[in-house]
Amino acid sequence: MKVSIYTTCMMDLMFPQVGKDMVEVLERLGCTVDVPENQICCGQPTFNSGYVEASWPVMHNQIDALSSIDCDYIVCPAGSCTAILKEYPDLLVDDPTDPTGQYMAQAKILSAKVYEFSQFIWRVLGIADCGAELNTIATYHRSCHMTRLLGERETPFWLLENVKNLEVRQLEGIQYCCGFGGTFSVKEHEISELMVTSKVENIEATGAEVLVSCDPGCLMNIGGRFNRLGKPIKIMHIAEVLNHNVDESRIRKVSEVPAPAAAPFP
Amino acid sequence: MGLKTSTLPFTERIADAAKDQFAHASIAKAQDTQYTKRENARAELGHWQDWRKLGQSIRQHVIQYLPDYLEEFSDNVEKRGGHVFFAQTTDEANDFILNVIKQQNGHHVVKSKSMVTAELDIDKKLQALPDVSILETDLAEFILQEDDWDEPSHIVFPAIHKNRDQVQTIFKKLGYDGDNDPEHMARFARKYLRQRFLEADIGITGCNFAIADSGLINLDTNEGNADLADSIPKTQIVVMGMERLVPSMKEAEIMDNLLARSAVGQKLTTYVTFEGQQSAGESDGPEDFYVVILDNNRSKALGTEFQEILQCIRCGACLNVCPVYRQIGGHGYGSLYPGPVGAVLSPILGGYEQFGELPFASSLCAACTETCPVLIPLHNLLIKHREVETDRLKMMHGFTDFQMRVVGKGTSSPFMFKMALRFKHFGLSPWTHQRPVTATNFFEYNGAMITNGPGMVGGWTDVRDLPSPPKHRDDFRVWFKHHKQQGGETK
Ligand code: SF4
Repeated sequence: MKVSIYTTCMMDLMFPQVGKDMVEVLERLGCTVDVPENQICCGQPTFNSGYVEASWPVMHNQIDALSSIDCDYIVCPAGSCTAILKEYPDLLVDDPTDPTGQYMAQAKILSAKVYEFSQFIWRVLGIADCGAELNTIATYHRSCHMTRLLGERETPFWLLENVKNLEVRQLEGIQYCCGFGGTFSVKEHEISELMVTSKVENIEATGAEVLVSCDPGCLMNIGGRFNRLGKPIKIMHIAEVLNHNVDESRIRKVSEVPAPAAAPFP
Repeated sequence: MGLKTSTLPFTERIADAAKDQFAHASIAKAQDTQYTKRENARAELGHWQDWRKLGQSIRQHVIQYLPDYLEEFSDNVEKRGGHVFFAQTTDEANDFILNVIKQQNGHHVVKSKSMVTAELDIDKKLQALPDVSILETDLAEFILQEDDWDEPSHIVFPAIHKNRDQVQTIFKKLGYDGDNDPEHMARFARKYLRQRFLEADIGITGCNFAIADSGLINLDTNEGNADLADSIPKTQIVVMGMERLVPSMKEAEIMDNLLARSAVGQKLTTYVTFEGQQSAGESDGPEDFYVVILDNNRSKALGTEFQEILQCIRCGACLNVCPVYRQIGGHGYGSLYPGPVGAVLSPILGGYEQFGELPFASSLCAACTETCPVLIPLHNLLIKHREVETDRLKMMHGFTDFQMRVVGKGTSSPFMFKMALRFKHFGLSPWTHQRPVTATNFFEYNGAMITNGPGMVGGWTDVRDLPSPPKHRDDFRVWFKHHKQQGGETK
């Protein structure tokens, strides 16, 4: 199975380890992985800030880049960026700079192929247990875009459930945004501060030592606030968890484990 | 104050909200209580997503044929002997209402809860009349009135920012000497209000839905105060936004279900009233029935990308799920219509000059869109407002605008992005400091932090640390090239 990595600008700029772990997990599960060279960013930073005209070239570049390599699937380490690529066909309806509709046509193809990393493992590869082990107590932060725009509420919980020696504690107020919101965190930092502070309090209350999420943006926000407050926490992207202390003999298919409960949290 | 509820600048309002611990706790508690009630009430109905679609289609249909339904409704009101007045502006509406009160020789006005009358700021106008008294009879509105006309901070729970102790203090001024038990205080208010109801000669009410094919209006309350306001006084004045119509009772029943479950987590509100001009043989109801239908820029949304906001049934669910509302409360928004619905609606009603900041006061988490019972894509409409302000009206200036344009260029050109990858570490090094890492892993690549960054990065570092970006040789792309050259096998 040929998989292209949709890197996202944030992983490229800040969190290379996430990409490495993702590649290693996918290769271990039998994928042939490649990284389209010219990809940059999905366009959310400008688009969501109202710079829509400036966003068309960003999206066009991303479409060209991701189409440049033949693949079966596109896999992304961020729920939010996955969701926006899925929405490309809806957004490009208003694009005046695509008169022939070539970008729209490509966008539809890409949109059907793209999956967030945990989704891809469970729903496409059909893998329930990646063979990982992490001996700790964790809690999971659900990103808003992954949950509400992408509509994925379950796969990260299901995969974490099968990580050996990992206890996942429920996070109170899981439905509330952490205050990242892309440029919101910068432009409206007064409001964002109140939101992230309340998220930090809820995470502390779980007693977890590790915070896991599928969105590096949220992790950078929450982790940055923890660090500013001088409070201890270990921040991990789910790819890092699933690539931790792996014993390949423990890898299990979805069909080999009991069916998990639907949507564990609201 | 009308639509705009504060003259303070936005950042000061947020700072005030951040300081108000009482309000903060009350709002969070109310949101959490409503969460359970609302979700249970919806689950109990079953097929919630289908109900939402039905609600959306009813509201969309009405908005699409709005002029026809308005005509049908007003014909039917007049057929029953009532009067309809179309007000383009709040001034026109106020003049009309004051005139009716004068003509009817009214002295004692009782009001039931209505957002549109708050939009008119009619209370202020009535207070200015020497021989007219005015009383808000919705319990929460009554509390605000007695607290020197404090501004409402929620469209369904106007006094959500007050706790029971604060209410007790307010009621003491009226002679209440009991404890802070909500039931005791409500009993006191009930007795106080009942007396005034009996003296009332003018009732002013809002309208949840106007029924086009019968000329009746539908009111949903839990206190029954609207029923007294429309049945005791001889004259009733209904004030409604021009979009609040449904074709017939059949659709009203569906909308009432969606509204009650979404607004208060009940199957239906305690009182669901359909009423209008008293007709022959009826023993109660107003002898003189007036309906004021207000535009106040609502029609500006018709035929635009913002038309869907007119579907809104003012259930307040989007406020109750909103993480920004949770933090800054209604007063933080500075608009009578706060929360997600307010951030979309206020710039339409009051213009971008007054309310241009509100569409940006959202992290676009889409909790609002997910809960809206009539499927309004609220977070997308917020982006549309941002687009209008940025691309069309060119309201963005200065260094932030410049930086956003740089981001646009940098994220569309592979060459520039590669340069950014190459120089990001050293480019930010003047602002980078060694600093203890308490948030490990993600923040410990090189143990250094940016704590006081330049430009827009400064907005980030005002609140939180930023890890120093990795050196180019540690980048994912560099690693991957190397990894592939080695045959791509896992290390
Ligand atoms: S926008 Fe939707 S959720 Fe918000 S008040 Fe209106 S109907 Fe309710």
